[in-house]
Amino acid sequence: MIPPIDLLLATALPLIAWRVLATDELPTSVVLFIAFGLLSALAWARLDAPDVALVEAAVGTGLTGALLMSSLRSMERPRPPSPWRARAIALVAAAIAVALASVVALLPRGALGLGPAVLARSEESGVAQPVTAVLMNFRGHDTHLEMLVLLAASIGVLSIQHGTASHGVDTAPTSSVVMMLVELIVPALVVLAGYLVWRGSRAPGGAFQAGAILAGGAVLLLLTRRMAPLSLERQMVRMFLFAGPVLFFLVAAVPLGFGGDMLEYPRGWGGSLILGLESALTLSIATILTMFFPQGAPAPRRRG
Amino acid sequence: MPPWLAYAASGVSLFAVGMSALVLHGEVMRKILAANVSASGVFLVLVALARRAPKGPPDPVPHALVLTGIVVSVSATALALALVRQLRHGAQLGPSDERRR
Repeated sequence: MIPPIDLLLATALPLIAWRVLATDELPTSVVLFIAFGLLSALAWARLDAPDVALVEAAVGTGLTGALLMSSLRSMERPRPPSPWRARAIALVAAAIAVALASVVALLPRGALGLGPAVLARSEESGVAQPVTAVLMNFRGHDTHLEMLVLLAASIGVLSIQHGTASHGVDTAPTSSVVMMLVELIVPALVVLAGYLVWRGSRAPGGAFQAGAILAGGAVLLLLTRRMAPLSLERQMVRMFLFAGPVLFFLVAAVPLGFGGDMLEYPRGWGGSLILGLESALTLSIATILTMFFPQGAPAPRRRG
Repeated sequence: MPPWLAYAASGVSLFAVGMSALVLHGEVMRKILAANVSASGVFLVLVALARRAPKGPPDPVPHALVLTGIVVSVSATALALALVRQLRHGAQLGPSDERRR
């Protein structure tokens, strides 16, 4: 009854996750983790969640993988846990898994959830794509707070990294093949990001997918030293960083002055407001995600 | 067994694998990987539950929640990795170097 691909994916995911966490070599773990992320993107696609699959592939796997790779130089010696402790923890975890699985199995089958409610009012939201309607209209305050979480995290990363900037990525002089590839890929990524924002109102896509893809391009440019490290001292960087959150705040607050509710879009304006907001959010998300990446040595410092 | 239930069971086991590794391993990098794996498990359960209706489009609200969740977990991972790098940087310098600065 279950298609074989679903059965294969559902069994493979926990097995790979176990290998990720049980392998002795950390680099192997990180590569397995990236494989795990790509397979879970496949699982999202099988569960009819193409929006989630896009974000998983771009953010959850692509950027997280690059971040993990850049922090690999481990100085810790792995200490093998004592077999008794490992057995006890495995037993407790298995008990929790069985309990949770039985709760999930007892949930009502065929529940429609909030799907019909969203579809019934999607005309009013200004966008035809239900996930975008939920993110940008019905639960816009969630997305706004999410932007603030991103902003807070990027400020945190920047302030922690302040002293270690020169210990970031060491990139060897890149070969001309890599450079040519980057020159071909990055413009394509920019076009793809624009397309995803534009299509986001009608098809899977939107600010988060587009921002992540732009950030991927920016990381490539950083690694090949085609782009100077992002620093808050540059006005452009500050503008990009705050464009999304500030515009979101204005869109949220202005209706309050005219007797409306917070984040209430004027009738008929929903579609264009959402497109404008998503464009600004894309720039901010791309900048923030790029700032998460160690910015690398600005220039080889000469001493003496 | 419908396909969504298989994925939900898979998500539950991912959560358990991640959680036990989080407790078991001492290495910080491995703890970060474990937290990410168990977060994936939670996301998988949510998206599987959104697919319970036998026909028609899935529930978009859990999809939006998971989208938000993935982005927030990347922010947490980035912050944690920045802390790890700083920790290593401090360990390389050693206490005597810190005093001299």
